[in-house]
Amino acid sequence: MTRSERFIDTFFKYDVMQQYWPDILKGLFVTCQIAVLVVVCGLALGLCLAILRSYRFRLVNLCIIVFIDLLRALPPLVLILILYFGLPNVGVSLSGYVVLWLVLTLVLAAFAEEIFWAGILSVPQGQWQAARSTGMSYFKTLIYVVLPQAIRMTIAPLTNRTIAITKNTALGMVIGVGELLNQATTAQSFAGNATPLMMATIAYLILFIPVVYAGRRIEQAYAWRKR
Amino acid sequence: MFPVQPLPILNVEDLHLHYGDMKALDGVTLEAKTGELTFLIGPSGSGKSSLLRCCNRLEDPSSGRILVDGEDITQRNINLNRIRRGIGMVFQSFNLYPHMTAKGNVTLALRKVLGKSRKEAEEIGLAQLERVGLVDRADHYPNQLSGGQQQRVAIARALALEPKIMLFDEPTSALDPELVGEVLKVMRQLKEDGMTMVVVSHEMRFAKSAADHVVFMAEGKIVEAGPPAQIFDAPRAERTRAFLQEAHH
Amino acid sequence: MEQFLFQFFNLDIMVQAWPIMLRGFGMTLLLCAVVIPMGLAGGLLVAIASTAPQRWIRWPTAVLVDLFRAVPPLALLIFISAGLPFAGIRLSPFTAVCLSFLLNNSAYYGEIYRAGIDSIGTGQTEAARSTGLNSLQAMAYVVLPQAVRNVLPDLVSNTIEVVKLTSLASVVAFAELLYSADMARSITYNASPIVMAAGFYLVLLWPAVRLASRLERKLST
Repeated sequence: MTRSERFIDTFFKYDVMQQYWPDILKGLFVTCQIAVLVVVCGLALGLCLAILRSYRFRLVNLCIIVFIDLLRALPPLVLILILYFGLPNVGVSLSGYVVLWLVLTLVLAAFAEEIFWAGILSVPQGQWQAARSTGMSYFKTLIYVVLPQAIRMTIAPLTNRTIAITKNTALGMVIGVGELLNQATTAQSFAGNATPLMMATIAYLILFIPVVYAGRRIEQAYAWRKR
Repeated sequence: MFPVQPLPILNVEDLHLHYGDMKALDGVTLEAKTGELTFLIGPSGSGKSSLLRCCNRLEDPSSGRILVDGEDITQRNINLNRIRRGIGMVFQSFNLYPHMTAKGNVTLALRKVLGKSRKEAEEIGLAQLERVGLVDRADHYPNQLSGGQQQRVAIARALALEPKIMLFDEPTSALDPELVGEVLKVMRQLKEDGMTMVVVSHEMRFAKSAADHVVFMAEGKIVEAGPPAQIFDAPRAERTRAFLQEAHH
Repeated sequence: MEQFLFQFFNLDIMVQAWPIMLRGFGMTLLLCAVVIPMGLAGGLLVAIASTAPQRWIRWPTAVLVDLFRAVPPLALLIFISAGLPFAGIRLSPFTAVCLSFLLNNSAYYGEIYRAGIDSIGTGQTEAARSTGLNSLQAMAYVVLPQAVRNVLPDLVSNTIEVVKLTSLASVVAFAELLYSADMARSITYNASPIVMAAGFYLVLLWPAVRLASRLERKLST
């Protein structure tokens, strides 16, 4: 066997591909499903928290800040293990799927809240005053005047952060969620061949390269706002 | 027939505004009648802008009363949003919403505060843009408009709610000199239409020709008030004289 | 409530697990001490390569950066530690972790440096070049110091992410903090050791998180 044949046999073996592509596809589907759920719920929760924070109730804001700091400081895998292995012993049994979704949603919400909040703060005070002077309530001003401007400024950092957290769906492997990486490692150990891992890697590339690329374009398009 | 006596629409009574030890307003009393243009002048930090901002409750006065059309707007439980609708405000820095067109800026409050339909709001909005001579710019975004045009849109935005009184906070200070004229022209037109206006500005020539009352303020107090002829040509107070001399340089 | 405390904050178990946790924490610190400087240095190379005037340097760098940004760090780590052996490349868990972190972090740090370099106008380079510095000197003495200051908050928050990512090493049986905690958990059937690990991470990272959000706020206003 030549070197290149051996390489192909290790990472691109045709039989293995043929046998395991349905599993890989199933994993990809689960990964996409969790990713979409995490992105939608995480961003929505983050936005709600940022709105809540803008009302500046002292005690509420303290809670929000502690929540954010905790989720920024703790590795998601630690949270996943605590919930997955700890909760059943106190009578709350959550599936790996739910634990993964919950943890990643909370983590994304924490980061998104910080970013939205920075965006809200960056809208000039004059915008608030102008809107309030036309009789708009605080909430209406926030929704129709401040947030549309704030969100525009947050798109770039938000995209990057969202991608980074969505990739953490791979952590599901550790608690047996049937997502892409889990399917691939399982297939790899059955097949005794690295091809499934290569398939998973390619699947991740197909999934995330467009998003990474879009994120880069958005960043460039909005870069002038920072200066 | 009796001659119609203009009614006072704005009464400011012994207004105080303190920030800690600093007295931004120190007992200001002022009255404006329907259709009058009151012009506030004074050195920076004299409290002119604070007074305007109190009249819209963007600042909360420490004590005193402000009556608009007989209603005390400094009451604690008053519905601020209802009050503010009746008092138009124009800012030095325009504060147009950058993510909306001129039309969007003018119609937002009509739709979201007054609950008018889009069609109805646009009818009113376009009429107000017409009034400031910008109906052909209705679909432009603020960054596509000159400073003078932006300020005129801001005036239209305030007018759309049919306020009883309009407050102008240095409306031309942020403009290049060649753009000041178009804004003043709109303001003069408003005055002719019978709008009650309170203006903080440094445009003394405009004050001389358009104002009914000129009020000179310093250190949070009204030093001297009267018709323009008195303030500009025969000021009584020493401080007024000094200020005007300074302003002419 | 008692059940909850027993499960998550069990003092006896925590005392028992203390020595092994401490050793794990030491390994985590060691790992950080290796992978953070490596990532910072690798990122610098990536940034310089991705702002190079030559197209044939710039393009492949951009492709590689996107590749490593698109693959989840855990997938990369598993690929290196479980996939490469099939091709005859056997790495110790420590080496596998270091290699995958180098690839992943260089891409991320590189993007941050690049944004910083982009934020410095070409006037600075031109001024430096006009005084006779060559392009590398201009980069090192004039552009980079300003660039790093501009992106300091991003560098700090990415470093926090790197420290958190070291927990992935537990998946490939490298005996760092989380691995030790999970060992203790599986022996005691109690989640307290993992809560304890969370405590260690908090002690390490909470000040850094506070610093990061203060830096972010300072620069944005």
